[in-house]
Amino acid sequence: MMNTTPVLEVRNLTRIHGRGCDLCRTSTGDAAGTNTCPHCGSVVAIADVSFDLWPGEILGLMGESGSGKSSVVRLLHLDDRPTAGTARFQEAPGFSHDLAAIDEAVARRLRDTRFGMVHQNPHLGLNFGVSAGGNIAERLLCAGERSYAAIRALAGGLLVRTEIPRHRMDHQPGAFSGGMQQRLQIARAIAPSPGLLFLDEVTTGLDLSVQARILDLILELQRELGAAMIVVSHDLGVIRLLAQRTLVLRHGRVVEAGLTDQILEDPQHPYTQQLVGAAL
Amino acid sequence: MNQGFGFLDDLAVREIRRGLLKALAIPGYQVPYASREMPVARGFGTGGLQISLAIALPRDRLKVIDQGADDSVNAVALRRFIEASCPGLETTTRTVEATLIQTRHRIPEQPLSPGQVMVYQVPYPDPLQIVEPSESRRRRCHAHGDYARLWVRLYEDMVRFNEVAISNRYPARVAGRYVIDPSPIPRFDVLKLHQSPVAHLFGAGREKKLYAVPPYTDVEPLAFSDVPFAVEPFRDATGARRTCARCGAADTYLDELPQVGAASRWQCNDLDRCAERLGYPGDSDHDEHHAGP
Repeated sequence: MMNTTPVLEVRNLTRIHGRGCDLCRTSTGDAAGTNTCPHCGSVVAIADVSFDLWPGEILGLMGESGSGKSSVVRLLHLDDRPTAGTARFQEAPGFSHDLAAIDEAVARRLRDTRFGMVHQNPHLGLNFGVSAGGNIAERLLCAGERSYAAIRALAGGLLVRTEIPRHRMDHQPGAFSGGMQQRLQIARAIAPSPGLLFLDEVTTGLDLSVQARILDLILELQRELGAAMIVVSHDLGVIRLLAQRTLVLRHGRVVEAGLTDQILEDPQHPYTQQLVGAAL
Repeated sequence: MNQGFGFLDDLAVREIRRGLLKALAIPGYQVPYASREMPVARGFGTGGLQISLAIALPRDRLKVIDQGADDSVNAVALRRFIEASCPGLETTTRTVEATLIQTRHRIPEQPLSPGQVMVYQVPYPDPLQIVEPSESRRRRCHAHGDYARLWVRLYEDMVRFNEVAISNRYPARVAGRYVIDPSPIPRFDVLKLHQSPVAHLFGAGREKKLYAVPPYTDVEPLAFSDVPFAVEPFRDATGARRTCARCGAADTYLDELPQVGAASRWQCNDLDRCAERLGYPGDSDHDEHHAGP
């Protein structure tokens, strides 16, 4: 039987930086053309973002710089707490947490064992002071693995899986190329076999052939792990290739949501039309 | 209460004692306290000194160890200071006679007995300091029991040296919860903390922290399940356990004394234990003056 509960149920997720006022939500957004409240000066990073993410699904988040894409990911990855709204994460059938009101210790456990995060900047996702194997070992150790031999074997397997030669295992990530650093981040993210992966602009700044290999790898892993993914990108090609459904964000609001093909072939919102037109 | 006894004023004594009670109640937890100015520079054992002065009673017999010796300059200076400021308190160099043992670097070789108290002078109280520079983030790590980066350090040591290469300050988990930095002591002594019959009180004067291992508490050094924790082996080229050149002991922590034009001499680091075996208890440098090599 199909699992009929979403991995994530996000409802009215809102994050306001600053003291906020009653007029914040109504005086910002797409129609107002800004996300800074003219009354109190607070920045409405995102407001009223709602979506469902189903097991094994890849959801795209698209939008220009400052549109709130990364804010959504930061909130869902528990790096930040929302001002309002709920985000229900299903850890196991019949066992879920509201990420908006979660205990610190549970948040840490979820980050360590259930979530994986790949940043655009490898310096955010990797520890450059320890070896490539050590970076993966950290995730395995966080998840409770205490056998050195098992950690070596698992880390070696993950490196090979992400197309990093095993003999580079004990080298520092600083000695890796940009593409290898991203693949190492992916290996680190998937180490505890998480149910939910966040990919934040993973291919930005890489050359096209490397991009293609990383996107292929992500698709393969998605099929193997069956993990749900949230892919953030401003690159229509990445979204088209990876995401089945897409949200388009602007000024912290979802301006368009639907099947990726539909959005890219028949954009309804003027901003999306402009975006698609610019890419073609 | 020892009103007016010792160097510290009553408020300082009360604060340090309260801090120690909290430290004993939460084994391994670092309790902040207001470290007082002492007539000794910070870094010369002010943390341990303040604990000793706060808990010393006129009936106590004090031993001060520095690098395993009672007669090194720092040990002598601290012992004389406590002696002078705590009238009635006796001092000794013998482990078995002492009720209060202030130490840096070593836990005595002789088994400790209930009723004794160990006081440590700690330079760096936090085991996470080597992996996390921010104190507020370190406190968060302790609160969450998040010691992954210490484990990564062990992993990296295994990769590079095929063994854990931490000689002292070996991180150890107390009562299954907080990981402590048993700061000055060598790996050799860490296991002596496990289920020890005495209270071990740690004071970091410069860092303003107190922590403790209560009697009969589990202390386990961090180690991978398939790479057991090992103490310094003290083996020679042939693989045999080195013995003390003075007393012949084969079960103690040894110091290497390089010799000009000859092989190094190895001898007990704990001079009291060595003298006891040699039959000169309490006279730890007996043969040094009269019967040199």
